[in-house]
Amino acid sequence: MSTANPRKQPASLRIILTGFLVLWVIMAAFPFLWTLWGSFKVEGDFFSKANWVYALTGESTRVETGGSFTGDGYYGAWVTEEFGRAVMNTSIVCFCVVTISLTLSTLAGYALSRSTYNYAFWILIAALMFRAMPQITLVSGYLLPFYEWNLWGRLGTTIVVLVAINQPFSLWMMTSFFRNIPKDLDESAMVDGCNRFQAFRHVILPVMWPGVVTTGLFSFLLAYNDFPVAAMLLDQQNQTMIPKIASFLGTTQTKGNVMFAVASVVSATAPLFVLILFFQRQIVSGLTAGAVKG
Amino acid sequence: MNHKTFLTFVAPSLLAMLLLIVFPVISVVLQSFHAQHEQVMEVVETCGPFGCTQTTSVNQEISLALQEEKPLGRFVGFDNYVNRGHLAFSEMGEAWRTSIGWGDWWSKVMNLPFYSAIVFTLTFTFIVTPLTIVLGFSIAIAVNSASRAIKGPLIFVSLLPFIITPLVGSLVLFWMVDARGILGYAIQAIAGNPDLSVKASTPMMWIMLMFYGIWHAAPFAFVVFYAGLQSVSQDADEAAMIDGANRWQRVRYVTIPHIMPLVTFVALIQLMDNFRVFEPLISFSAEAHAQSLSTYIFSDLGGETRLLNSAATTSLLTVLCVGILLSPVLVRTWRDFKRA
Repeated sequence: MSTANPRKQPASLRIILTGFLVLWVIMAAFPFLWTLWGSFKVEGDFFSKANWVYALTGESTRVETGGSFTGDGYYGAWVTEEFGRAVMNTSIVCFCVVTISLTLSTLAGYALSRSTYNYAFWILIAALMFRAMPQITLVSGYLLPFYEWNLWGRLGTTIVVLVAINQPFSLWMMTSFFRNIPKDLDESAMVDGCNRFQAFRHVILPVMWPGVVTTGLFSFLLAYNDFPVAAMLLDQQNQTMIPKIASFLGTTQTKGNVMFAVASVVSATAPLFVLILFFQRQIVSGLTAGAVKG
Repeated sequence: MNHKTFLTFVAPSLLAMLLLIVFPVISVVLQSFHAQHEQVMEVVETCGPFGCTQTTSVNQEISLALQEEKPLGRFVGFDNYVNRGHLAFSEMGEAWRTSIGWGDWWSKVMNLPFYSAIVFTLTFTFIVTPLTIVLGFSIAIAVNSASRAIKGPLIFVSLLPFIITPLVGSLVLFWMVDARGILGYAIQAIAGNPDLSVKASTPMMWIMLMFYGIWHAAPFAFVVFYAGLQSVSQDADEAAMIDGANRWQRVRYVTIPHIMPLVTFVALIQLMDNFRVFEPLISFSAEAHAQSLSTYIFSDLGGETRLLNSAATTSLLTVLCVGILLSPVLVRTWRDFKRA
């Protein structure tokens, strides 16, 4: 917009808006910076009984370890408590969930966007209702059959469960995305003699990648951030990152190494930082995709 | 697209949802009508030199066989629904008859786990949802008026609370408001009470949980509204300006009506997400002060004795609540569909 005079904001409004923005930026970013800084201290500084300034200066850290910064928390989490294994498990789960979930929802989303029958509408409404159900209610349905059939505790089970829980959301996203690809495109291919599958393969597949990337990002986030499913369905051996962090909390208060949890929290946050850095535009477009369609 | 091709395309996805969403719901329904087998007791008489003693003990063999034969347990009808852990009809009736005044009645109701969970969950949902929308809208307005160069970084920072794993985000916040953390110090300094601690105070715990809820969800509302602001008609805005509308009136009568459909959308998503509030209560180790429906189910499922039937009952009641909560939306969608 031009900076014509009537559009120019009065100084008072400018100051209020800027002040509000500064406040929000501090609220949004400061907790993470604070934790990152604190993860290189000892517990006596991170939770300072004496003076909160110690968390900045690292008074106790100097006394206990000799330097102002220490990697003890990271050493404890990654080496002693084998956080690496949890990271490995999370990677496997995320990779499999994203691949399988995208394959299923791309095919189904395409069909849903092209079908003119009523049942397509009802499938989407059912998906919306499934999306509304708290995940933990489903988990309580899984436990008994999974014990009975000896499926409990395996990574494979959790992957399949997360794929299914992820379907409703992915379906909505892929459908609304495919609706934006003109029908003429595949229909003209079919006039030229392709069948549905060939049209999908040769005409739609090459142009659908932006939608797939966006949906994939959100599938990844769901698998990465999941706590209720992984915490209830995986055994100790196969634990993923988030339940592992939660399990630190149970034991650490007594053992006195909250710093393991702090270090692993920072480790789990880092990939998400990078993700937002590279995919900011896709995340924003994904969040608004549902809204635009209504 | 004909029926057969359609089915081929959607079959894998539908199958996944049928097997792992519809069947579990059926499993929840079945489990909620069953209870664990009673232990089969037997009386064993042991005779020693000083006479005989009778002891009752569990017959493991028969109990196990029974468990094997009927893994669901024994059918109990609606017993699970009316027991103390859930709708607690007899306790509610008792409380109604014996209470002296509303305060007494309320404290008795809040001692019943299901009712206290639903009270917290509803309070959380209906306080956090509107405040999220207000905060999100304010951020959107502020970012929209910022200069172009810093918009990108602003959006990056704003996304953090929403994208970061909820369990992790709430832990980070919880460590800061700990009595020995920086925000904890600040609160103590402001209140002038050095013993104040979130862990020890129920009202503060509730406030912190809701603060987290708003902090976490505001970026989502912000992004949606921000996208909406980009498409506000400049003509309408200009026309309002020529007609003499001031800045506030332009926001009130041009911008807000334009993004109203988005408010409905955000409110819908937020109602769903806030109703399942779960991770922050785990991170804040809030069980002594607040229990949501999700954490109530979770604590039944975990622990030494897995109370699967109780969890299933709560789950079913939760799903019913979600249904009631969303029914206006579903009715409206149905009407739109009929009209179309």
